[in-house]
Amino acid sequence: MKTKILSLALGTAALAFGATAASAATLDDVKNKGFIQCGVSTGVPGFAFTDDSGDWQGFDPAFCRAMAAAVFGDPKAVKFTPTTGKTRFTALASGEVDVLARNTTRTFSRDADLKFTFAAPNYYDGQGFMVRKSIGVDSATALDGATICIQTGTTTELNLADFFRANNMKYEPVPIETNAEAQEKYLANACDVYTTDASGLAATRAAFEAPAEHIILPEIISKEPLAPLVRHGDEQWADIMSWTLYALITAEEKGITAANADEMAASSSDPETKRLLGSEDELGVKLGLDKAWALNAIKAGGNYGEIFAKYIGKDTPVALERGLNALYKEGGLMYSPPFN
Amino acid sequence: MTVASGFADEVQPFRLGMLINDKRYRSYTLQIITIFLFMLAFAWLVNNVVENFARAGRDFSFSYLFQPAAYDINQTLIEYTSRSTHLRAAVVGILNTLLIAFLGCILATVLGVVIGVLRLSKNWLVSRLMTVYIEGFRNVPVLLWILLASTALAASLPSPRQAPVLLGGAFVPTNRGFYVPSPVWGDGSVFLGIVFVASIIGALVFGRWAHARQAATGEILPTFWIKLAIIILPALLLYFILGRPVTLEYPELKGFNFQGGLFVRNSFMALWLALSLYTAAFIAENVRSGIQAISNGQTEAAYSLGLQPSRTMNLVILPQALRIIIPPLISQYLNLTKNSSLAIAVGYMDITGTLGGITLNQTGKEMECLLLVMAFYLIVSLLISLVMNIYNNAMALKER
Amino acid sequence: MSDTHSHTSNNIAYVADQSLPELPAPINTRGPIAWVRQNLFSTWRDSILTIVFGYLIVVAVMKLAPWLLFNATWDANSLRECREINTGACFAVVNRRLNQLLFGFYPSHLYWRPILTFFLMFVAFAPMLHDNLPRKLLWFTAAFPLLAYWLIWGGPVWSIVLVVAALVWGYFVFRFVSSLANQTAAIFAGIAAVLLWFLIAHDDAVQLFVSVFGSVGLEPVESAKLGGFLLTFVVGVTGIVGSLPLGILLALGRQSDMPVVKMICVGFIEFIRGVPLITLLFVASVLLNYFLPPGTTFDIILRVLIMVTLFASAYMAEVIRGGLAALPRGQYEAADALGMNYSLSTRFIILPQALKISIPGIVNTFIGLFKDTTLVSIIGLLDPIGIMQPIRSDQNWNGIIWELPIFAGLVFFVFCFTMSRYSMYFERKLDTGHRN
Repeated sequence: MKTKILSLALGTAALAFGATAASAATLDDVKNKGFIQCGVSTGVPGFAFTDDSGDWQGFDPAFCRAMAAAVFGDPKAVKFTPTTGKTRFTALASGEVDVLARNTTRTFSRDADLKFTFAAPNYYDGQGFMVRKSIGVDSATALDGATICIQTGTTTELNLADFFRANNMKYEPVPIETNAEAQEKYLANACDVYTTDASGLAATRAAFEAPAEHIILPEIISKEPLAPLVRHGDEQWADIMSWTLYALITAEEKGITAANADEMAASSSDPETKRLLGSEDELGVKLGLDKAWALNAIKAGGNYGEIFAKYIGKDTPVALERGLNALYKEGGLMYSPPFN
Repeated sequence: MTVASGFADEVQPFRLGMLINDKRYRSYTLQIITIFLFMLAFAWLVNNVVENFARAGRDFSFSYLFQPAAYDINQTLIEYTSRSTHLRAAVVGILNTLLIAFLGCILATVLGVVIGVLRLSKNWLVSRLMTVYIEGFRNVPVLLWILLASTALAASLPSPRQAPVLLGGAFVPTNRGFYVPSPVWGDGSVFLGIVFVASIIGALVFGRWAHARQAATGEILPTFWIKLAIIILPALLLYFILGRPVTLEYPELKGFNFQGGLFVRNSFMALWLALSLYTAAFIAENVRSGIQAISNGQTEAAYSLGLQPSRTMNLVILPQALRIIIPPLISQYLNLTKNSSLAIAVGYMDITGTLGGITLNQTGKEMECLLLVMAFYLIVSLLISLVMNIYNNAMALKER
Repeated sequence: MSDTHSHTSNNIAYVADQSLPELPAPINTRGPIAWVRQNLFSTWRDSILTIVFGYLIVVAVMKLAPWLLFNATWDANSLRECREINTGACFAVVNRRLNQLLFGFYPSHLYWRPILTFFLMFVAFAPMLHDNLPRKLLWFTAAFPLLAYWLIWGGPVWSIVLVVAALVWGYFVFRFVSSLANQTAAIFAGIAAVLLWFLIAHDDAVQLFVSVFGSVGLEPVESAKLGGFLLTFVVGVTGIVGSLPLGILLALGRQSDMPVVKMICVGFIEFIRGVPLITLLFVASVLLNYFLPPGTTFDIILRVLIMVTLFASAYMAEVIRGGLAALPRGQYEAADALGMNYSLSTRFIILPQALKISIPGIVNTFIGLFKDTTLVSIIGLLDPIGIMQPIRSDQNWNGIIWELPIFAGLVFFVFCFTMSRYSMYFERKLDTGHRN
């Protein structure tokens, strides 16, 4: 009835604009409409951008594609909604998007107060500072009186205020809406320092004409575990999100790649690999999905390591080290619960 | 037929159909239906909000305004730290909005009048150039101008370390903003202020007296110069007598930036310039059409009465042109004030940047923040409209 | 008198019988030199102005032209390549991303649809802006919004056919009821009939038609694919078209004798005109969902369209109110004298004239709205300004600064300037109309 009233109010428009009622079972809704609506950012190098043909690419869209593959077996069954720092939470809370994969830091208040459920972090980040080498600063504690470019609508500005207050220093904040503008300002020397997540700094620096003239200061002043998130109150959907990510991480651990996934599914003798890829047991069915869900997710864009390498890894212009985001076996924090 | 029914109405018993068919009742019927529908729609909306809030487990309260804001603001007209409350951050934003609106209106008016007059110049080059200016600025979105101004300032000016120090240290343009000296009020500057205010009052009194004298005797005094002298001389004299109590603090390069002096940030400059240049194009058109609307006969009549050209302009043309120019001028002020909300595009911390921006993002209180922001703009707009109406009533042609 | 004079003069030999050829004007009042003297250096003040401004123009051109034109690169695959090729502007980014700047992410094999809509728009608006076209074209104008909607968003043809059917049905209900009761009741009945159709039958009927006759129609395109100037036009044109009926109602309401109606209309108009558009867009992007029944949601573009329509309608109402106020009182009185009631006089006497006077104002409102659509970039929609962000996030083009806004500015200028010229032309035409 509710949708009826809406289509009354909106006339024909409701048809194409898809007036949907977000019910408790997001999976059913998603299956009904035939695609996942995924919130991404409006553009962060390496993490979300559009290519020349107009498709969304990057670390975050790749996760959405993996989820789409897990649910539908088709990585293309996903639609992207660009969101800003201001609109992202409303978009998710109101049901406009089904999952938000947008460099979002998991914090207590976002979890408990704004009522969202986060997956495990898919990128461990922290707020850092980038400066020119020429100003001769090698520690963030020497930044007293500096002009600092800062992206608004994030946890960044609170961390920054705290850091400078704790160290009893002054600074001049230059609030900026987007990464592109911040970069422009920083390069023009309109600010001494650019602060944002260290990954963003690296990505930004990578695009400079002379990256070697800039350094990222050693201080990382905050913990920014970036994770995809969904609304509170739909455990099944939250599980699909979480375990899709775990599947990608486990795949890397087990050496399953997009190229050899089918072969591994058929021939692997490792019990967990077999359970993961659906050749033994039917784990996917317990999530309300197909048994080949994880196989499809991995085939969509590769395992976690492959996605990382493709968009933000060492061989890309963004050139991020794995660091904290390496597998636990290699000294990182990427650790998936077992598929049992 | 109508006449007959008109008489019959008084005896006709009331029927339900009369609510629609009878002119006397129809307007009431329609109004009651309207009120009913309006209330229904309103109740529906409120009910939805209440339900949605309940579902999301959130409350509608303004208590967050009294919690620490936890973020810093660069340009603050009143004292503010990251431990101040969200309310104070909002006030900082309001003052910044009012500042940009006020200064923007002044610059836009000055530019607009100059350009509007030059547009009518007989000089081909000048009038063409002004046409290009007017059409160029009017036909491109103001948001684009703001972004371009911000980029231009950041990209074309030098960084503080390479910045030229102009006018003996009085003016330093950098790509972060402009440094100018700030006055330091020493002992005795209070007297200076008092004397200055007193001189202005004195000048006004003199103006009245001179006017009355001119009306009585016909003698014309050079009032402008005398007034100027009355305003400036006593204060200047006192300034030296008191031993120069007001000094200027010059900006100096220390560490990363210039310290001291007055720092006008580029976010402010970009917004101010873009809004003023954009609005000036509209004001110039108003000025042009206002002047052109005064028929040539007025000028000719004034000349035939023996008025000099400057007096013709001041006493005949302008008073009439202003009647036409000022109403659209005030609505341009209104537009400029509303457009100043685009400050968020360049990071100028106005009310949309603090209360409607960072506070909203950090607290997640969208409904409360936006209601307050809209209420603020509504109040400002209504005040400006009020001024306009008072003016219009005062200036309305007293036609007989 | 003159007759005799001419008669006698014929016989006198020393009086020239034909006029001398005209001498050329003195050298200092003609030719380019005179023009320059008159128009550039007529007084010493003029001369100073000419020299100062002339110098400024020359300097500006000398500074900008090499970067903007001579050293610009038009074809390259990335900013880095651009910098290798030449030192000037890198318009290759505009070249490479032209489709995105114009159409957003609209599927490229369907570009003909927005393009066709764009040209049909001129056909549809023509009879409003030109009064010597056949009146029959107005039918196309009325059908255009529906057609444009279908062309851009696609979908089964039945949904459109059935909307038309519903409107026809509403019309018949209106005719039927007005033959029984009076017109006010009939209008309500007609509207109720149409609403009832959408409330109960429309969705199912479309389903039925699709299942019976097959899904004949256009490939559907979701609104998230709209971007670039396509989005600008969709938002601007929808805003102005949607605001026209709303604005007329509001303007009439504001002039109404009924205090309640007047109060609501004045309140609405003043509220919308009193707050900046950006706050209304914030409402659209973060609040509107709270005002709808729990769980309902529809996409951001529709929410923006609703808000922009409401926004434009308040301004439209003021323009039309101006038109209503400009009508001589005699027109109202004459209509009354003919015994016309309110709806008759409004429909046949007042509105046609008031709307005609308002057309320049409406075009100006449209220009304003068209420019204001850029504000949607602030809430994350990818209009020509918003789409710069994802383009600049692409590593290939990271570092592009001036080229994209210059391109967007130029396109905006061309459209807005053309429209404003048209509105001025129309104003002049109306002027003569009044004098006759």
